[in-house]
Amino acid sequence: MGAYVVRRLLQAIPTVFGVALLTFLLFNAFGPDPVRTALGNHATAEAMANLRHQWGLDKSLPLQFLDFLRQIVTFDYGTSFVTGDDLGTQLKAGALVSLSVTMPPFVFGGIVNVAIALFIARHRDGLLDQAARALFIAAMSVSALVYVLALQYLLAFKLDWFPINGYEGGWSAVKYLGLPWLIQLLLLMGPDIRLYRALFLADMNADWVRTARAKGASEGRVLLRHVLPNAWIPIITQNVTTLPFLILGSFLMERFFSIPGIGNLTIDALSRGDLPILKAVTVLGALALVAFNLLNDLLYAVADPRVRLS
Amino acid sequence: MSAVPASAVVPRSAAREALAALWGRPHTRACLGVVALYLLVASCGWLHLLPDAEAAVGGAQAPPGWPLATLLGTDLLGRSVLWRVLAGAQTAVTIGLATTALAVPFGTALGLAAGYFGGWVDAVVNWVYSVVVSVPDILLITAISYAMGKGLASMCVAIAATSWVGIMRLVRGEVLKHQGSDYVLAARSVGAGAGRVMFSEILPNVVHVTIVTATLVLLAAIKGEVILTYLGMGIQDGASWGLLIAGAAQDMVNDIWGPLVGAVTAMFLLIYSLSAIGDALRDVLDPRVG
Repeated sequence: MGAYVVRRLLQAIPTVFGVALLTFLLFNAFGPDPVRTALGNHATAEAMANLRHQWGLDKSLPLQFLDFLRQIVTFDYGTSFVTGDDLGTQLKAGALVSLSVTMPPFVFGGIVNVAIALFIARHRDGLLDQAARALFIAAMSVSALVYVLALQYLLAFKLDWFPINGYEGGWSAVKYLGLPWLIQLLLLMGPDIRLYRALFLADMNADWVRTARAKGASEGRVLLRHVLPNAWIPIITQNVTTLPFLILGSFLMERFFSIPGIGNLTIDALSRGDLPILKAVTVLGALALVAFNLLNDLLYAVADPRVRLS
Repeated sequence: MSAVPASAVVPRSAAREALAALWGRPHTRACLGVVALYLLVASCGWLHLLPDAEAAVGGAQAPPGWPLATLLGTDLLGRSVLWRVLAGAQTAVTIGLATTALAVPFGTALGLAAGYFGGWVDAVVNWVYSVVVSVPDILLITAISYAMGKGLASMCVAIAATSWVGIMRLVRGEVLKHQGSDYVLAARSVGAGAGRVMFSEILPNVVHVTIVTATLVLLAAIKGEVILTYLGMGIQDGASWGLLIAGAAQDMVNDIWGPLVGAVTAMFLLIYSLSAIGDALRDVLDPRVG
């Protein structure tokens, strides 16, 4: 196990290097000049040279890339171009806000959707199953943005159950997060339930399920005691790989409801040409993805003894 | 020995079989009809045969009514909402086709090369693959949008950049499966070069994987346009469903529903039909399913 982890970590090095190179090329080599973005078209050459020096952009590209690699290794991404704030503090605060937006619907929705999918699998090919299938396909053909618009209009504007948008720190955040949570719960239902249903049904004709039925187990017992325990592995796999995206938050929710998470931070940085934030979020997002994929493989090996870590 | 290479016969009949199977399902036939209609609208747009969506046809925010131009009302500048929905269909089809035309050949070619040559080619392609899948899609799209500037072209490149990886992986896997087949050995033994074996022999046998995935890329691009446009990374000017839906937040408060209803209905019909065709194609073409 230890040797496997070490080898996987070593294998991740060229990947992370590639991510750093791609990020650097897209932002520093091909992107527009952030000094020009910050100072506008009428800035003097001297002011531009000063700012360029202050931001370390007067060095050659290879030297700038080395600076960036050093930042990645030391986890010290410097300060924002625009606000001058320390990025570590800013990103940590943003990540917590993003998690508070995405985590509750992810956990609650996961449990509820597994239960619904079990119920649908129990009554597979019946009226409920067919109606649910048609409904989900239709519901998934409507843009997520439309759900956000419609529910905000109905629940916040017309019925006044929630504030229209905004955010406050601490416990009063719950007041503002209720509507985004509800919308995400709805958006997760279609894809989740379809996936879980397919997972459960894939095992329905397996030998061990037939054996359980032959011994007289009821359909409900077969599902709960025989099918569900074996489906946990793919369910966990699916959800662990989603975790990094929770930290990233939902760009759409944060933008729409003015919630100051990572998504909002990134989009603001994009329009202001705030390269340090954009680069840090991109690389940290990729690092999280790599780390959680490794974690996922390890969990897989722990859960399924047939998987060998070689 | 017959002079006709196997590849010239097999894929055509397989394709014909698949098409016949698709056509045999009334529901899929209806969906194909809907998609054809959208292609027709888009073609009319490319040929400048659609009514001008930028011209004023009446007063500002006129309510829905007759004539046809004001069926869904007008916007703040007095432009016909219906014409803008149609122009949005043209934008959506353009984005879908352009993204697919970028991602599918790129992913297929790299997958073929990686699977066929193995060795360092495979290593390099897999490195690029691991880099691209490691960056969360929305961040890669943000980065490309920064590098290329906002707008239609950069959005197509960005969505394509996130979607070629899946195609590459699938094609590479299929090529590895076919690598040792008798028909590949036979082609090599009569002196066929790498390009010929890859494109004329192996490609026709793995192309079903590509076609099924292409429908997913098409869907991702059309759906992505709306979200990215709302986030400010997509369409900046002109007409698009994303702009119509994003602008609806303000309209709804003023009880104006034309743009939202028009764009959502137009988008729903296209996405639903494409998803249904994609599902049907998978049933017909992918021997592993069903």
